[in-house]
Amino acid sequence: MLIFSVFKTLTDQQVTVELKNDLSITGVLKSVDQFLNIRLDSIKVLDEARHPHMMAVKNCFIRGSVVRYVQLPSEHVDTQLLEDATRRESLAAVKR
Amino acid sequence: MSSLQGYVDRRVLLILQDGRVIVGVMVGFDQRSNVVLSDSKERIYSIDAGVEEIPLGLYLVKGDMIVLIGELDDAVDTAVDLGTIHAEPIPPIRY
Repeated sequence: MLIFSVFKTLTDQQVTVELKNDLSITGVLKSVDQFLNIRLDSIKVLDEARHPHMMAVKNCFIRGSVVRYVQLPSEHVDTQLLEDATRRESLAAVKR
Repeated sequence: MSSLQGYVDRRVLLILQDGRVIVGVMVGFDQRSNVVLSDSKERIYSIDAGVEEIPLGLYLVKGDMIVLIGELDDAVDTAVDLGTIHAEPIPPIRY
């Protein structure tokens, strides 16, 4: 749930998503849902020469289950806040 | 919510877990991202030949199989001569 919130704060930022088929796609994060499915706008595939398959694709929906990594813009992530929130969440889980 | 609503009635390109590429018009979808395409075609990429298009017609793709759904820019897509494109097929998903 925490990571879902983090992604929500990152909408309209540029991110790079690496998929489990080794495709990397850069684009503007438009929305995320509970499954961490991602919608990207104005996308660009890294190494376009090798992967011309998506030449005519301008925006896309990526299934959360096939994402390997998401590269975030570090200046838009408050790591201290994230750390605190993580501790708070795990503490709450222990108390329950 | 990151819904597929915006893609209905649009020409879309699907990439599947086994690396297949399917284009078609999205006519419907559901909560589990199962998708129905009309007038769909599979695009087969290879290094030594141009892209081959195989007509599939009306197709239902299970959500589990889907990697990515992209909206096609028709102007760009029709301008490309698929026969001249030589590319490696997209690799299958490896967990």
